[in-house]
Amino acid sequence: MENIIKIENLNFYYGNFLALKNINMDIYKNKITAFIGPSGCGKSTLLRTLNRMNDFIENIKVEGNIYFKGQNIYSKEVDPVELRRRIGMVFQKPNPFPKTIYENIVYGLRKNGVNKKEILDEVVERTLKAVALYDEVKDKIYKSALELSGGQQQRLCIARAIAMQPEVVLMDEPTSALDPISTLKIEELLLELKKDYTIIIVTHSMQQAARISDWTAFFLNGELIEYDTTENIFENPRDKRTEDYITGRFG
Amino acid sequence: MDITKRRKFKNRIFHVLTFLCTLFGVIILSVLLFSILSKGIKWLSLNFLTNFPSRFPKKAGIYPALLGSLWLIFLTAIISFPIGIGTALYLEEYAKESKFTDFIKLNIANLAGVPAIIYGMLGLTIFVRLLGFGRSIISGALTMSLLILPTIIISSQEALKSVPDSLKQASYALGTTKWQTITGVVLPYALPGILTGTILSISRALGEAAPLIVVGAFAYVSFIPKTPFDQFTVLPIQIFNWASMPKKEFQNVAAAGIIVLLIILLGINSIAIILRNKYQIRIKD
Repeated sequence: MENIIKIENLNFYYGNFLALKNINMDIYKNKITAFIGPSGCGKSTLLRTLNRMNDFIENIKVEGNIYFKGQNIYSKEVDPVELRRRIGMVFQKPNPFPKTIYENIVYGLRKNGVNKKEILDEVVERTLKAVALYDEVKDKIYKSALELSGGQQQRLCIARAIAMQPEVVLMDEPTSALDPISTLKIEELLLELKKDYTIIIVTHSMQQAARISDWTAFFLNGELIEYDTTENIFENPRDKRTEDYITGRFG
Repeated sequence: MDITKRRKFKNRIFHVLTFLCTLFGVIILSVLLFSILSKGIKWLSLNFLTNFPSRFPKKAGIYPALLGSLWLIFLTAIISFPIGIGTALYLEEYAKESKFTDFIKLNIANLAGVPAIIYGMLGLTIFVRLLGFGRSIISGALTMSLLILPTIIISSQEALKSVPDSLKQASYALGTTKWQTITGVVLPYALPGILTGTILSISRALGEAAPLIVVGAFAYVSFIPKTPFDQFTVLPIQIFNWASMPKKEFQNVAAAGIIVLLIILLGINSIAIILRNKYQIRIKD
């Protein structure tokens, strides 16, 4: 199995607070990896170290190495802007820009100098089809994205992320603000998308992790307690704490 | 009286009291408007707009002051708008939190409260004398820019703060630089708010007389300003000048001048409202 990201001895500090403790793990290509654990366990923090979105927070410190296709993303040669083109992100709450559906999808491309109408048109159609939104919105792609429902907005945000053709898509609890039907649609979509992308998803819902992920990592108080195939984590957890969490004894 | 009745009675009293407070402002404003309109409206004519000031009330016109005011607000706008937005962008988007930036922010807030005449003294010292611009429109416009910059900066900062962090993050996550995020997401979102604040500040500059008197605007001007380095007068000074004339008819001429000033002010403020309503973006939560 090919790994696309390798995390080595990672410590992460907010000021003096050690939020991630000595994390070591591999993320495998074209798989869905789920990060689970109770609130404040560090799973979102870890996700945001992978595309350096934590750089915007003041007073942080990163120790250790994260390799993306062999290159250390915290080395001086790596431009975080370039890195974020290759590692996309979808957020907890749908956050479409107050622009048209079309402009939302092509925003990143335009900012990277792609302005040819034929290319942009093609990307809009392809990504909307990829997130199964095309039939629902094809008559209003020049209307404001804010007119869409929450679930549609989140699928649009996924379309916006994959329009950049990233290699990895990070998802920070992408369905926590959505109703069950929208959630189901997005889960189906993720299973479809993993053919082309590596997906890492932070989720509060253990059922969601069990339904869609290939690998699951369980975090507690900034530590990686257990990381294994989803099947093993849910059926034969090795650690008592993992078992307690997935059986709902805490969290 | 039982407790429910008493509570209802109290409620009604405060309803009436707050209404009276509102009425107070409305009544004073209508009295003012009525008095000015009744005095000035028959003096308002095309000649009034195109004539120069005169010793004879019938011939007196407002042309140089009108042009002076238009020049002044035009120059003030193009000076203060970019500097104000630039400062606000730096403070909100680029500056890291530090004692120094806190100090700057605090002082900008303080500067907004400095009396206008102090800016006049500053303008006289720096622009008129030190830089040698003389008693010209550009000196006046620079002074006015100083006067309204704090307000523009503060209102722009507020507008920038209102941009949801989630939108900025979405932009960064697509591989954009800070500047691209500012032009792509932050400014389009904040622009209506920034424009509203700026336009209201500029309309304040339009009504100010004190700092310009210090900087050396003339009370009587018999020529048209052609370049920013010409001498000038503005509407409020011209109005003040007429109002202090002994001839009673000049009171009416002053009233006519006030009507012109009010119309321009209302015009500018309505532009602000139209811009805000047109471009305001409503984000569903």
